[in-house]
Amino acid sequence: MEQILSVLIGILVASAVYLMLARNLLRFLFGLILLSNAANLTIFVAGRLTPGAPPLVPDGMDAPVGVVANALPQALVLTAIVIGFGLFAFALILAFRAYQSLGTLNTDEMRVAEPKEN
Amino acid sequence: MSWYLTLPLVIPFVASIIAYLLRSSPLGAWVSIIGSGLGLIASIALMVVVLDAGVIAGQMGNWPAPFGITLVADLLSAVMVLITAITGFAVAIYALGDITERQAKLGYHALFQILLAGVTGAFLTGDLFNLYVWFEVMLIASFGLLILNGGKEQIDGGVKYVALNLISTILFLTGIGLLYGMTGTLNFADLALKVEEVENQGLLTVVAMMFMVAFGVKAAVFPLFFWLPAAYHTPSFAVSAVFAGLLTKVGVYALIRMFTMVFDHDIGFTHTVLLWVACFTMVIGVLGAAAQSDFRKILSFHIISQIGYMILGLALMTPLALVGAVFYLVHHIIVKANLFLIAGIAKRLTGGTEVYQIGGLYKSAPFLAILFLIPAFSLAGFPPLSGFWAKYIIVKATLDLEMWFVAFIALAVGLMTIYSMTKIWAEAFWKPHPEGIEPELKTLPNKAAQLIPVAGLAVLTIIIGLNPEPFVVFAERTTAQLLDPSPYIAAVLGETP
Repeated sequence: MEQILSVLIGILVASAVYLMLARNLLRFLFGLILLSNAANLTIFVAGRLTPGAPPLVPDGMDAPVGVVANALPQALVLTAIVIGFGLFAFALILAFRAYQSLGTLNTDEMRVAEPKEN
Repeated sequence: MSWYLTLPLVIPFVASIIAYLLRSSPLGAWVSIIGSGLGLIASIALMVVVLDAGVIAGQMGNWPAPFGITLVADLLSAVMVLITAITGFAVAIYALGDITERQAKLGYHALFQILLAGVTGAFLTGDLFNLYVWFEVMLIASFGLLILNGGKEQIDGGVKYVALNLISTILFLTGIGLLYGMTGTLNFADLALKVEEVENQGLLTVVAMMFMVAFGVKAAVFPLFFWLPAAYHTPSFAVSAVFAGLLTKVGVYALIRMFTMVFDHDIGFTHTVLLWVACFTMVIGVLGAAAQSDFRKILSFHIISQIGYMILGLALMTPLALVGAVFYLVHHIIVKANLFLIAGIAKRLTGGTEVYQIGGLYKSAPFLAILFLIPAFSLAGFPPLSGFWAKYIIVKATLDLEMWFVAFIALAVGLMTIYSMTKIWAEAFWKPHPEGIEPELKTLPNKAAQLIPVAGLAVLTIIIGLNPEPFVVFAERTTAQLLDPSPYIAAVLGETP
């Protein structure tokens, strides 16, 4: 399972980098969201996968019995997803506003705040 | 005990909520000022306690470390929190004269307080993932502040700022995942112990480099600084002052924290990389500044160059060099924020920030000229101002290690800094205004609100400059804690490290 996920992370990162190298801001953002998903999966895999053993505490006990899945990476990933989602929503709106006020999504042409080209 | 740690965080959040509810009324600005004032008192209290106890730690939700989230304040955290509060207070007052009604209505004061909370949280947390969360709090607030006006320039600068910062964030997150996979913990104190047990030290260095790049983007070091000069000259002056003073320094703080406490297993490699990075950062930053002619762009490039000095202090890793880095951090935040505030006043008096198109400030507003000279000379390292001592300590540390070339670079960069400062001085202050305007301070709207924080920060610069002894002693104590983290670890994990 770890190997499959690792390969998947690799594919995600490769596609993300490919997309992010594009001049189009929207493509860049799609690349960014793929990259952030790859990061989330990395945390998930790094916490070791234990299939079929939910970390539940049986009735009348204080701690789970036997080998159970690590719950912490899931909590971390959940937090990261929520934060990433918020940031991505912001970035999308920003890209939209950039298109409205600058009239382009081509990052090479976004030079309003940069020095003039000679 | 834990109230001292949580109050500097709770106050800005409460102030932010109230300021948001009052955003349409002029009271919003005052909520922000009062909130920052209370925050300043809380961080002074924290400082007093930490000076006495050395390190204090609090476990949030009463989950014992390393399982719960820990807030820790050692001397470095405490001084950073204090300096954040001072800058925040000064900028909150300055905002009275700088922030338009429209910006206030869009929620400037609320976002500003959240930014302060995010920065403070990043300094106080003792947990790596929590540090990520505080980074995000800070980031989202800074995004909002940056594009608050919604003009073309702000959006353009904002796109670059957002894009590069998000990449750094993802890299940071990946690093956290891999480090957790290797050590099974995210608590700084626990990490410091567990990294020694990691079998594959080479892999640890790889992860260390991921963190270095992630924090390097935040700190704007060479070759990762491109977002900074693209964005920092676009927002309103109060915003850019607090960005310039605080945001990059959070990156520097994170680098210092991680590379003294956790990643000290392969100093020969990681800190050599940092040394090169520091030298290039200093040189490229100062050369970039020399090529600029916009008040704020010159200052932005100088942030980069000055970051180089702090990283240099960390890279050398000797006690004296770290003393220099800590001293530099404190001095730089005050001076840099002040210069951006002055740029704002200069713009309002003369109508521009392009130094070739403005002028005449020395003749018509001599008080402002003096206020500019203090932080500008301090930045360039003139005795007896604070920057002189900061540079002196760092250069002394390089000379002690007989790194002549590095010392030469540090001194040459200082000289180049004077060049840029004289450019601003000669163009904006000394020469007459090309359009014959004679800007007078009298005409400044809300004069007191703009001049008081500037004068206050200038006085602080002079105090540090004329009486550096207690500050250096303090920096020495801080460095001792950084180089020997056992009190930190004991305070976080209890008595059995």
